[in-house]
Amino acid sequence: MHELSLVASVFEVLEEKAREHGAARVTRVVLKVGVMAGVVPDLLESAFETYKIGTIAETARLEIVVVPVKLRCPDCGGEAVREDTDFSCAGCGSRRVEIVEGRDLVVETIELET
Amino acid sequence: MTTKTLTVVRDLLATNKQAAAAIRAELRARGILCVNLLSSPGSGKTTLLEALAERFRGRFRMAVIEGDIETERDAERIRAKGIPAWQITTGGACHLEARMIGKVLGEVPEAIDLLFIENVGNLVCPASYDLGEDLRFVLLSSPEGDDKPAKYPQAFLSADVLVLTKSDLFPVLPFDPARAAAEALSIKPGLEIFTVSALRGDGIDDLAGYLVQALERLRSGRA
Repeated sequence: MHELSLVASVFEVLEEKAREHGAARVTRVVLKVGVMAGVVPDLLESAFETYKIGTIAETARLEIVVVPVKLRCPDCGGEAVREDTDFSCAGCGSRRVEIVEGRDLVVETIELET
Repeated sequence: MTTKTLTVVRDLLATNKQAAAAIRAELRARGILCVNLLSSPGSGKTTLLEALAERFRGRFRMAVIEGDIETERDAERIRAKGIPAWQITTGGACHLEARMIGKVLGEVPEAIDLLFIENVGNLVCPASYDLGEDLRFVLLSSPEGDDKPAKYPQAFLSADVLVLTKSDLFPVLPFDPARAAAEALSIKPGLEIFTVSALRGDGIDDLAGYLVQALERLRSGRA
């Protein structure tokens, strides 16, 4: 439940990029949120809507892209998306899988007005 | 007025990952094994550390960094065992971050074998934050119920070791340690599992032995 502090980190990125590009406003922000990132998209959105008031992103639209867990199997080389918490290879059943996607929280794209 | 779309791709947890990597490198260079303890509040993290302090007394030197929302209580309990302890009070934050550990690290004496970090009692948020530890323990106490691994998969998935605590209560609770272990293993195959009663001292020798082996591996560069 640390969405507000994560949103504060998002705004550090927004302010940095706006400064670099001499932008007056940030109008759109796309975040990629892994389902295993330990973040609840709804709470992230509420935190963003609260935080943005009085900032350069006051009118910004937030888009959250939820990234599912993707597993890679070192035994058969297969890659597959998992919807549940069964972390085994869908191809060969191996349990030695690595999580290659779905744990990160990334500021993917932003739209600026200059 | 023009509109510009920028591809940023900035990982928001990157700052923490970098700070954790620096801590891991420093502690490994100093030959210190670092263990991060995760669990819900009241599952016995501090009591386990007290039991380990007794077991390691005169053989291995421990230090403890305590994370809590408020109070010095846990650090005081550890200091009462003659172990150096630092309390980080997060003032409401639900997890420790690597930066907080980095600030304390300079005060940790050189002549230490094992550094334990007792995270804020919370089975959710601490799982997302690497603190630079070599081993992550997740504790599950018998009163919490044996159905917790699948309910909090990220904590179990990110752990190296599961410690089932309060085994002295197994006979009086509907807690099936085999079920808890099987569920945790279905999430994280290869998870090491220990069963302890820190109050009675049951299982502490096995866990202490495991830590000593991990310390030896670290120091021989095989970690």
